[in-house]
Amino acid sequence: MSEVILKIENLSKQYRLGTIGTGTIRDDLKRWWYKLRGKEDPFLKIGETNNRALKGTSEYVWALKDINFEVKKGAVLGIIGKNGAGKSTLLKILSKITSPTTGSVKFNGRIASLLEVGTGFHPEMTGKENVFLNGAILGMTKAEISEKYDEIVAFSGCERYIDTPVKRYSSGMTVRLAFAVAAFLEPDILIIDEVLAVGDAEFQKKAIGKMQDISKGEGRTVLFVSHDMAAIQNLCTQVMVLENGKGTYQGSVIEGIDFYLKGNYSKDHNNLLKIKNRFGDKTSLFKSISFSCEYNGKVYLNTNKIYSGSNVFIDIVLKNRIKTKREIYIAMDFLDSRNIPVMNISNQFTKKNLYSEGEFSKIRFEIPNFNFRAMNYFVTLWGEGVGTSCFDHLENDVKIEVIETDFFGTGSLPRAKQHGYFLLHNDCKNI
Amino acid sequence: MHREKWLFEISPKNNLFSLNLKEVWKYRDLLLLFVKRDVVTVYKQTILGPLWYLIQPLFTSVIFTLIFNNMANISTGSVPPFLFNLSGITLWNYFKSCLSGTSNTFTANAGIFGKVYFPRVIMPISVVISNLVRFGIQLLIFIAFYLYYYFNGADISLNRYTILLPILILIMGGLGLGLGMIISSMVTKYRDLKVLVEFGIQLLMYISAVMYPVAYFAEKLPEYVWIVKYNPLAVVIEMVRYILLNTGTFSSTMLFYTLGITFITLFLGIVVFNKVEKSFIDTV
Repeated sequence: MSEVILKIENLSKQYRLGTIGTGTIRDDLKRWWYKLRGKEDPFLKIGETNNRALKGTSEYVWALKDINFEVKKGAVLGIIGKNGAGKSTLLKILSKITSPTTGSVKFNGRIASLLEVGTGFHPEMTGKENVFLNGAILGMTKAEISEKYDEIVAFSGCERYIDTPVKRYSSGMTVRLAFAVAAFLEPDILIIDEVLAVGDAEFQKKAIGKMQDISKGEGRTVLFVSHDMAAIQNLCTQVMVLENGKGTYQGSVIEGIDFYLKGNYSKDHNNLLKIKNRFGDKTSLFKSISFSCEYNGKVYLNTNKIYSGSNVFIDIVLKNRIKTKREIYIAMDFLDSRNIPVMNISNQFTKKNLYSEGEFSKIRFEIPNFNFRAMNYFVTLWGEGVGTSCFDHLENDVKIEVIETDFFGTGSLPRAKQHGYFLLHNDCKNI
Repeated sequence: MHREKWLFEISPKNNLFSLNLKEVWKYRDLLLLFVKRDVVTVYKQTILGPLWYLIQPLFTSVIFTLIFNNMANISTGSVPPFLFNLSGITLWNYFKSCLSGTSNTFTANAGIFGKVYFPRVIMPISVVISNLVRFGIQLLIFIAFYLYYYFNGADISLNRYTILLPILILIMGGLGLGLGMIISSMVTKYRDLKVLVEFGIQLLMYISAVMYPVAYFAEKLPEYVWIVKYNPLAVVIEMVRYILLNTGTFSSTMLFYTLGITFITLFLGIVVFNKVEKSFIDTV
């Protein structure tokens, strides 16, 4: 299991933006001229980071820049990132569709890629003919396909239509047949790009099951790109996050998904003033927030780590522009990493009076027995002058980590994701 | 812990002559399936089906005979003009379909090339082979007419050079393949060539001795005869006519000349194709 099957070193890929025209041939000639004199390609130096939202000065961008990673045999690596982060470029290089600008990929074994199902399906040919053609395109020999043909047809569930031209198929049926062919490939490394987004629920389940078989049962390595975090979490054993062509995170699945979905959370909760993306009339601003907890008689100050079931103190500092005393409401929404709201705390409901006055105001919330389950949570802060409007609103900017404790005192805890967010003391007996 | 021995490596470096025949051989089933797809699907959902393969050259020959022989009075000697034209057109069609089929390899297959890897050279080779099948069918109809004229007393006969016929046909395919590979590689970035090829093929036919004997050209336009004389396509067509119809000329010097041109074209084609295939998807 520990054998490294795929190693990527300093992989970069440069693209030229804009249209190809006379300007291109000028650059080509310049490149050729430099090469002729044994110099380095002049355009490799001027590439910019690939951020599609920003205006750049160079025509050349790095779609991928210095990617390094290793994949072990039998691992399922999920690759996540926003549109244009370089995921597909990476997969294209791995599947030899395009070559890298610099760096190298080394691997042991056969790589097969499934960047799109049904590649090379010919609409005029029957399902059966297409199974053979598609299989051959994906790198199988005729003998291999013949051997698995019955299984492929059974898996696709298109038996009845197998001698009909594919152009008569519904789109779902085409995908089923195509995925079935791909599922019976036997490569050492399988590359999959967003293929599960098609087909009905039944087939998706079947497809995910098949992919689990491939990785777990047959010990094959899978690289999997998807925007579907549930699928990533179900299938993958490790995750890589790509951001503007750079690998920004590599490691465990849960952490990686958090990192990707909450890439914008503040790393410095002691100085919230740095955050630009905020709403409200700014008459007061959240300056800092700190989470402390008391657990088993010990106090953990300002750690943002909270022990499950401990007593929690949340200290908030406000920086006021309106120095006169005014009544305020403070609210905190706790969300999980997928933005699902978990809990809300506010003095609006407890009817405790809070006010702001002078340069800074300090506010403390106390929550006894903070019985969240161990997970990462994100806190949205909301402040409002009573009777006026919102003065500051920070969305998802604070991350807290709840740490597992022996909540029930039994050494036993629910651990699966579907077991929800809270732990509650309870009793049961025969009556 | 790390094993530093790797079986495969992907890197930006490009080996100029790596045709990688071993890999092509591994994908031979795919090659055959592509050939089958090309042959079978062309006339799917047509009533006449593969008969279309025969109708094209026959009708073109009829028209050529009417225009060039009956109207323009080009003499084909003792050979029936229809048979003369049919032989030229059948050969020319093979070259033409090889060239036009392979010259858009990258642009036409960008969709499939952008999604999955297999040796790219499979595509042009499959085009040449499926056209060979088509050529075979057309050759049958030529043989039928050949026999018809033969038994009706036309002055035609085979000679000992007939064994060279397969080589000449391969030269025709090789020229189409090599030229097509060069064009397809260049057309990925700059589309100018595509326009050139479209009418270039048309013009090329007129200087390839398809509808006239080289001797006739030499007689009418002696100062321009080199255009036809050193055109390898015209040389091949002329030789085939010599072999089958006993007209025209044959010289082994010219045979080697054409072979040489074919090898050079193929070699250049492979070099350029290899250079382009690795990253053409970025510029196509």
